[in-house]
This record gives sequence, structure tokens and C-alpha cells, in this order.
Amino acid sequence: MKKNWWKIAAVVLVLYSIIAGFLLKVPVLPILHETIRNLYFHVTMWFSMIILLFVSVWNSVRYLSGFNSKYDIVAKEAVHISIVFGLCGLATGMLWANYTWGEPWPNDPKLNGVAIAMLFYFAYLVLRNSIDEEQKRARIAAIYNIFAFVMFIVFTMILPRMTDSLHPGNGGNPGFGKYEDIDNNMRMVFYPAIIGWTLIGTWIMQLGIRYHKLNTIIHSNKN
Amino acid sequence: MNKYKITFLTTILGLLSAVAYSQEAQQQVEMADAMRQSGKIYVVVAVLCIVFLGIVAYLISIDRKVSRLESKMKDNK
Repeated sequence: MKKNWWKIAAVVLVLYSIIAGFLLKVPVLPILHETIRNLYFHVTMWFSMIILLFVSVWNSVRYLSGFNSKYDIVAKEAVHISIVFGLCGLATGMLWANYTWGEPWPNDPKLNGVAIAMLFYFAYLVLRNSIDEEQKRARIAAIYNIFAFVMFIVFTMILPRMTDSLHPGNGGNPGFGKYEDIDNNMRMVFYPAIIGWTLIGTWIMQLGIRYHKLNTIIHSNKN
Repeated sequence: MNKYKITFLTTILGLLSAVAYSQEAQQQVEMADAMRQSGKIYVVVAVLCIVFLGIVAYLISIDRKVSRLESKMKDNK
């Protein structure tokens, strides 16, 4: 139980974000109306994804500085759950865009950028599966992961800021914070939601890692 | 005769007051109607909580299965 306190924290934080996210007051804005509450669910997907992708890169770097395969597994599982969060982010974003921007996929640089960036991570998984030798796979995947993360940041955070984007905080479109679209009330839900979902992701990631470890033990016993 | 009259009157009045009281009670006392408010957003919140907790319960069950397997592996070693 002592080791699992963060899992409880994850559940409590997300539960709080669901309850408070629907019941607390939000700023009254045109177009957005009540959908501003999507901030607690759609945007948290992306934040959690980026945090977990950073965890992945961090573990790839650690793998490269010692070649301990433990870190390689963490990097892989972090990418897995990040992709799940990313797909949820895309799906919820398309739904939201449909009712606020008029179509599910407006030609927005952030959308196109993130679609390309997601492909980098699909390629990461394909690359991993295409190499049989463990050491080689881990090494190439780790180096590729570093590039993929840099490209992800470039395509989702830097390039959209250089042109006009519908997303707040990009191009001529100031961020939520600057416009004061979101007030402190919203931040009280938004930040806990990010932490909660990131911890949920970590939990699922940890399960994947543990499954992987058991799998390797079984295989080594067979041989 | 008088006795009967009095009993009859008290019963009628008593019944009337009970009806009146219950009507008053219906107007004033609000009970457990958070879920029945016009917006009914609480219902949506409750549904989402149930879905989320269901997924969490499933996660916990997987977690425990993996833990059991891990301890089994340790014993075998």
C-alpha cells in the first residue's frame, strides 16, 4: 500500500477534475460556451503525452549512457501510453473543433504538425519491431527516440507559433493565460488534472514494464 | 350524540390538517433533488465518475494479477 500512494493520488486527482470540471464556474465566452471545460480533458491529454514522451527520451538518454536494457523498456512503454493519449487528444480535439471551428480538421498548423509528429512515433514502434537483435534494437531506438522527440517539439510547439493557428498561444493568437480566457478557478482544476492524468499514464506504463519483465523471465527460463 | 359529533369533527379536522401539512411539506422540504435539477448536469458527472472508476477498477485488477505473477516468479527462482 505504501508504494501505491501515487496510484490513489492519480485516481483522486482525475476524479476531482471530472467533478470540479463540470460543476465549477467557468468564464462565459462566445463560440466556446461550455466547451471551455474541454480544457480539463482534451488539453490534459496532450500535456500528459508530452510529459510522458519526455520521460521516454530521458530514459533513452540513460540507456545510451550505460546500455542498461531496463531503461530501454521504460522508454518503449512510455511511448506506448503516450500514443494512446495522443490518439485520445486527436479524437477529442476533432470533436471539439467540429463544433467551435466549424470542421473537424481545419487546416491548422498545429493539427497538421501533430499528425506528422505522431507518425514519427508510429515509425519508432515499427523501427523497434523490425530489429531482432536486442542490443542493436535498443541502441537504434534510443537514438531515434531523441530525434523523434526533438521533431515532435518542433512540429507541435515551434512551427505552429511561426504562422497563424486557431489554437491559443500560437501565431497571432495569444495563449489562454494572456487573454485571461481561463481564470484562476480553471487553473485550480486544470493543473491537478494534468498531474492526475500523467500519473494514470505512469501507472499504465508501469504495468507494461512489469509485464515485459515477466515475459523476459519466462523466455529466459525456457531457453 | 355530542360525543360522536366531537370525534367526527376531530377526525375530519385531523385528516384535513394532515393533508394541509403534507402539501406544505411538499412545497418546502426539498430532498435529494440535486440529480433532478433542470440542468441535470450532476447525472452526467455521475456517469463519467462511474465510467472512470470502472476503468480504474479494471486497472487495479490487472495490477493485482501482475503482482501475483511477480511473487510467483520470485518463489520459483
